Amino acid sequence: MNCDSAKPFLDSYADGELDLVNHVKVEEHLEACFNCDVYYKDLKLFKNTLAEDRSLYFHAPDHLRRSIRSSLRESSSEPSKNRFLFWRWTPVFAALGIAFITLLAIFTLVRPANNTDDLIAKEMVSAHIRSMMVGDPHLMDVPSTDQHTVKPWFEGKLDFSPLVVDLGQQGFVLVGGRLDYVGGRAVAAMVYKRRQHVINLFTYPETTTAAGETLSKQGFNIVHWNKGGMTFWAVSDLNAGELLQFSELLKNS
Amino acid sequence: MQHLDAAYNLARWLTRDPSDADDVVQEAYMRAFRFSDGFHGGDSRSWILKIVRNTCFTWLKKNRSHELVYELEEDQHEAPTSNPEELLLERADRKILKDLLNDLPAAYKEIIVLRDLEGLSYKEISSVTELPIGTVMSRLARARKKLQSGAIRTPAGGTI
Repeated sequence: MNCDSAKPFLDSYADGELDLVNHVKVEEHLEACFNCDVYYKDLKLFKNTLAEDRSLYFHAPDHLRRSIRSSLRESSSEPSKNRFLFWRWTPVFAALGIAFITLLAIFTLVRPANNTDDLIAKEMVSAHIRSMMVGDPHLMDVPSTDQHTVKPWFEGKLDFSPLVVDLGQQGFVLVGGRLDYVGGRAVAAMVYKRRQHVINLFTYPETTTAAGETLSKQGFNIVHWNKGGMTFWAVSDLNAGELLQFSELLKNS
Repeated sequence: MQHLDAAYNLARWLTRDPSDADDVVQEAYMRAFRFSDGFHGGDSRSWILKIVRNTCFTWLKKNRSHELVYELEEDQHEAPTSNPEELLLERADRKILKDLLNDLPAAYKEIIVLRDLEGLSYKEISSVTELPIGTVMSRLARARKKLQSGAIRTPAGGTI
């Protein structure tokens, strides 16, 4: 940067309004150039004189302050100045607005979560009904009462290893397992029998849905719980008490 | 009342008369009050100064239009760039700073008042005057140069 290119920047430089790149360039030039440095120091001094000379600053006289205040008061008492009433109410409107938005947020954030659970519960019931339909061979892919047969069968078919527990001694007989597709993903379905009632136990690794208590849908009972990073849905036409007992046994296994 | 000093100072310099400044500021504040719908938050000082400034120029156009004509001519001429030594040795009329600033054309004066007396940033000045920042910069430099060359200097470079 030479004197001619530095000069147009000196005022902005002195005002601290120059961008960093040019600021550095001007700074370097001032270090090297005596003439420009004198000019700059002079400018700086002059700026200070202007800023510090209080006789140059005219403060508003009191009579002006009073007269403006009284004129404003007069015109604000006119009924046509209703919009200022509106501004006075602005905080109230704002508070109401915020309250409304908060409520809306609560409804939109909380409700869909319930709805999602509800939808999945419905799908679980549908899957259970499908598995029970006469002529449908798909109740079990692996008909076996042996948990050591059922568990290895799932290997390679799912991206997780489902919990397979034999509860024969407690009156819930494992009769087999199958793959199913519920809630947009492949799930393991374990089939248990309690007397003549079939229990479908759906398992998949996810804990995003809130674990609910016993639900009842279309005459079927549903128990939903989370354990060890897995979600469990037990669906059956068995009575709610026994289904709950079944879930307790699995939770404690 | 917010920014009344800033408003009055600008009006006082532009109108060069205490009672004219009173009238202009009074009118500007009434206008600001009437059009407070136009204030969308942000910098209230720039907003009120903009109204004062516009009221001033309307007033000048009505009462001292010759000053504004002079200004336009002045604006077209580049102020000669004197070299530092010349500037230091320059002796202008023996006027004090106040008179020099008072005699400055309104277009230069307002920039000096807003920047050096009021301490507004270039951006704020640009929003008050509705001039591009580049114009603010060049007018400020020219205005200072005019004042400086007119100001009485001691050989050591000090300014009285």
